[in-house]
Amino acid sequence: MTEIKGWSRPDMARRLAADIPEGWAVNLGIGLPTLVANHVPLDREVIFHSENGVLGVGPAPAPGQEDPWMINAGKQLITLRPGASLMGQADSFAVIRGRHLDLAVLGGYQVATNGDFANWSTGRAGEAPAVGGAMDLGAGAKQVWVLMEHVAKDGAAKLVESCSYPLTARGSVTRVYTDLAVVDVTPSGFLLRECAPGVSRADVQAVTGAPLA
Amino acid sequence: MIDKFVPSVEAALDGIGDGASLMIGGFGTVGQPDILVDGLIARGLRGLVVIANNAGGDFGGLPKLIEQGAIAKVICSYPRATGKTAFDALLAAGKIELEIVPQGTLAERIRAAGVGVPAFYTPTAAGTALAMGKETRMINGQESVLEYALDADFALVQAWEADRWGNLTYRGTGRNFNPIMAAAARVTIATAHHARPLGALDPEHVMTPGLFVQRVFVAGSAP
Repeated sequence: MTEIKGWSRPDMARRLAADIPEGWAVNLGIGLPTLVANHVPLDREVIFHSENGVLGVGPAPAPGQEDPWMINAGKQLITLRPGASLMGQADSFAVIRGRHLDLAVLGGYQVATNGDFANWSTGRAGEAPAVGGAMDLGAGAKQVWVLMEHVAKDGAAKLVESCSYPLTARGSVTRVYTDLAVVDVTPSGFLLRECAPGVSRADVQAVTGAPLA
Repeated sequence: MIDKFVPSVEAALDGIGDGASLMIGGFGTVGQPDILVDGLIARGLRGLVVIANNAGGDFGGLPKLIEQGAIAKVICSYPRATGKTAFDALLAAGKIELEIVPQGTLAERIRAAGVGVPAFYTPTAAGTALAMGKETRMINGQESVLEYALDADFALVQAWEADRWGNLTYRGTGRNFNPIMAAAARVTIATAHHARPLGALDPEHVMTPGLFVQRVFVAGSAP
C-alpha cells in the first residue's frame, strides 16, 4: 500500500473546528479532540464543556498563571473564559444526559455505517476497560462527531460495516473527521463530503471498510 | 451546641472497619480527600468496597490503599492510568473486583441514593456491554437501562471551607463528586482547607448543607 499523506493531527483538529458554529455547547474528548479548542478563536463564542464540571473552558494557562484547582477531564490545567461556570457531577452530567450539549467530539476505535461507535474498550484481557463519560456523551449529546485516524496502526479500516469492538453507543455518530476525509454518517450509510488535499475519493474508499456514497 | 469538628484524622475515621463501603470524592488530583485516605492506610483495613471516579491513578492515597490489599471491590468509571498500576496487577490476578459504570450513571446512582430515589432508567449504555444482564425498557421510543441507587457506609469528601455545622464550599473543579457523595452516605466525613467560624460562610455560597455532613477535620486549625 502506498503511503497517503493527508491532514496532520493539528490540521484534523483545525478542519473540525471550522465547522463548529458560534453559540454551541461542545464537549471535547480527551486526546486528539482536545486539540480542537486551539482552533476556535475566543471571539467565536463556543462554550466548551468538561465532564468534571466546567462550562466555558478557556485556553491553557500561561506559565506562572496555573491554578492547580482548575483542570479538565483529561486532568490538564486549564483557565476559565469570561462567562464560565463551575458545577458538580450531577449538574455536569445533566448538561450531557439532559440533551443540553450541542456536540460531543470523541476519539474512536471504530465507526459503523449506522452510526454505532466504539471507543472505550478493546475487549482484550488484562486491560482494565475505562469508560469515563463516553457512553453518557454518546447517548446524550445532540450530535456526536468522531475525530480519528482513518486507518488503525495495524492497517485495519476504522470506518466499518459494523463494529467488532465493544460499543460505546448505538446510532449516534453523524460525522467523522479523519486524516484523509470528512465523512457524514447518513441513514443510507457513509457519505464522503470532503477529501484532504492530495487525497482522492479512490484513496479514501480503498481504506474504508464500507461503501462511500 | 452543634460541633462537627473532630480533633484528628483518627477521630474523623472512627468506626470504619473491614468490609465497609466508602465513597471517595475527587476527580484527578482535585477535590480528593488525601489526608483522610492516607489515614485509612494506617488503619490496615481489609475487604473495603470503594466508590470513586478513578481507581488506577498515580495520585493521592487511593493507589497506596489498593497496593496494601485493603480493597476488595472498586466501583468506578475510569480505572485506567498512564502506565501499569497496582490496580491493574490485582485485577489481572483476580484479587480485586471491578464494577465499571459510565461516569454520568455513577453520578446519578450516587445522587439517587442521596435524594431517596431507589432506581431510575437511563438511555446511557443501552445496547452496550455495560447494560448486559440489566433490565431495559422502551421509554418514549428509547431503550433505557434500569440502574439502582448507590449508597455507602461512609463518604470521604474534600471541601475548601467548612464550619462547625458541616456547611461546605468547594474551589475550582474540586466540587465534582463531593456534594452528591456527602448526601449519599450514612456517615459523611469532610476535610477542608479552611475552618470558618459559624456565620462566616455566606449562606448563598454554601454548596453542601451541613445536614449532609457528620464530621469535619481541618488540619492545623481550630476556629
